[in-house]
Amino acid sequence: MSMALAVRRLSRLRHFSTQVSLRSNPDARDHGPTAGKYRGDRGSSSTKSSVDAQESAKFAALSGTWWDELGPFKPLHAMNPVRLLFLRSGMCRHFKKDPISPRPLDGLTILDVGCGGGLLCEPLARMGAHVTGIDAVEENIEVAKLHAAKDPLTATILYQHTTAEQLVQEKQQFDIVAALEVIEHVPDPMDFLQSLSLLTKQDGAVVISTLNRSPTSYSLAIFAAEYILGWLPKGTHDWSKFLTPEEVALLMERASLTVRALLEEMTGMFYDPLKQTWRLADDLSVNYIAWAAKRGE
Amino acid sequence: MVGAAVACGLVSSPLTRSLKIAVIDGSPISFDKVKKSDIPDPRVSSITPATVSFCKDIGTWDDLKSKVAPFDSMQVWDYAGLGYTRYNAADVDEPVLGYVVENGILVSSLRARLQGSDVDLLCPTQVDSVIFPHRVGGLPEEEGSNWAHVSLKDGRSIATRLVVGADGGKSKVRKMAGISTTGWDYMQEGLICTVRVDEHHSTAWQRFLPTGPLALLPMNDDFSNIVWSTTPKKAKELKSLPSEDFVNAVNNALTKDFSPPPKSGFAEVLTNRFLSPYFGNLAPSATEEFQFPVKVKSVETDRLSFPLSLSHARSYAAPRVVLVGDAAHTVHPLAGQGVNLGFGDAAALIKVLEKGVRCGLDVGEISLLNEYENTRKFANLPMMAVLDGFQRIFSTDSGPVNALRAAGFNLVQSFGPLKKLVISSAMSNGFSGLPGLLRI
Repeated sequence: MSMALAVRRLSRLRHFSTQVSLRSNPDARDHGPTAGKYRGDRGSSSTKSSVDAQESAKFAALSGTWWDELGPFKPLHAMNPVRLLFLRSGMCRHFKKDPISPRPLDGLTILDVGCGGGLLCEPLARMGAHVTGIDAVEENIEVAKLHAAKDPLTATILYQHTTAEQLVQEKQQFDIVAALEVIEHVPDPMDFLQSLSLLTKQDGAVVISTLNRSPTSYSLAIFAAEYILGWLPKGTHDWSKFLTPEEVALLMERASLTVRALLEEMTGMFYDPLKQTWRLADDLSVNYIAWAAKRGE
Repeated sequence: MVGAAVACGLVSSPLTRSLKIAVIDGSPISFDKVKKSDIPDPRVSSITPATVSFCKDIGTWDDLKSKVAPFDSMQVWDYAGLGYTRYNAADVDEPVLGYVVENGILVSSLRARLQGSDVDLLCPTQVDSVIFPHRVGGLPEEEGSNWAHVSLKDGRSIATRLVVGADGGKSKVRKMAGISTTGWDYMQEGLICTVRVDEHHSTAWQRFLPTGPLALLPMNDDFSNIVWSTTPKKAKELKSLPSEDFVNAVNNALTKDFSPPPKSGFAEVLTNRFLSPYFGNLAPSATEEFQFPVKVKSVETDRLSFPLSLSHARSYAAPRVVLVGDAAHTVHPLAGQGVNLGFGDAAALIKVLEKGVRCGLDVGEISLLNEYENTRKFANLPMMAVLDGFQRIFSTDSGPVNALRAAGFNLVQSFGPLKKLVISSAMSNGFSGLPGLLRI
């Protein structure tokens, strides 16, 4: 139980920019500084102005711990292998690549939206993909760049301090667009998915991961984390903004993204406290990850 | 040896084949194809079927299979003469319990496997020092590489993501990584030599004497191997005896000394009257009588000895470094498990590195290496505790303990399911209980 909570806490940290500091702007509970990013202002360039300086600085202080595997981001590091295995098998299946090749993603372009310190970008680059990572918090991008430069296999990653909307404006497209632990923060998931879909090439795919809106996730991520243990400030999460897998599938359909087979392309993730590892599971009641193919027009 | 095994395994797996690997060893490469010399070297190991399976996976079994000596039964008894246990491969429906093989042959087969591959064989040379980023200090975000830097005695320097420390009980890599060990001396020495016996046999004999176990292991033709764990004083004495006297000492220790041999029959009675009506499930060896071991005729090599101790590294992994084999753990030779635990480590490490490559991770990441550590500690520690326990129980000469041992012998001898459990655990390189763990 605590690990699901820890992951939530970490998602909070990673997308600090996407929460309006709930203390400084009580009206904006439902929208973050992402308001500027995703709602209406397609043309807004930098999100710096809509990010609360105080919160941003707070997160900037944590940015140095992204890559400390035994530090505050430890559960996220622990969850990484499972997400990567899911992505890898999805990509090999979709693009007909050899799953036992050491670099199966050679020739594919990937966009990671909300990349944080680059935990997802680096392994994908090692698997052979050409990776672009974007995040709204500049400190994250700086940390990501510094770390990626240390390994020749990851030095080719392109990191940018920008938004998905901006890239849509620039008419960029990628084989795969990944947005893990982002959609629960955006004010308008439909618009967000539309942007992701526009950024995906024909016959490409989109991957998202998020939390389910279920009694289980309420008791763990909201009630326990915010009201009992005080791990997150009260009101950090708006449980009503979590999306169920069915809703996500429906919204994706409307954005021309098809989830072909439930359970093969939509899987739960849960933490096994005995083995201290994350696993993919049939149970989608708390965390889950979904793969959707972009339909040809 | 275990280091070379790791390299062979990595090369044999399609996922890890593309990793750049260098093996550093102090002894020169010998390009000769392995040949059996006339008299077997006394430094041997007994390898379990799980290890054989690993050798098949890494491509060295073809080379080895004609040079190993199989054994299909085992007899264990002690000086008190109150009980004995016989094990037979047929108890678990297997053709053999294990194989005895010269260490030199194991090493050669591994080297031969590496010859044709892309692995850099840097021998002979030795590691002078290793700089690990976590020991230097500083945040990961600071400028500069966060890889490990290995300096060799011949002046070369290598930067690497992962250092696999397979440099034995006195591991330098382990020291450089700042990993401490715990353990104790057994106050015993292991004396080894090759002997000729009066007939070819395929049984491993082991008699526990007050000073330690004496084991006679079968080899090809009429050769056998002696492993005598005893006090340093006795070891010195034995080494200085003229050959004939030594041969007599061995034969007496295996048969006459201390007390007459155990009577068969007790276990049979126990089995037939009390246990089999309820439990069935009899192991064939439960009704085998006690047998006298083969007679030693002559000693064929020098008598070598080495001190025995138990040691265990507090951790098997640190950022960018991992320990395998004796560098991580040493055990008493009484059950011949040392090499098998090492190969078990190699198999587990290869599996973990495969996972790392599959997930695109940096293979030196501590979270990955911790997985290896947890798996192997889970398998190794119970085995080490059991072996240590045996060592203590068999070194204690007192009425109640002797009776306890006798009860133990008789119980295992007669109770089929227990015997099968003992055999399976020994054959699978640890109490992991999952044979699949050791297959790549």
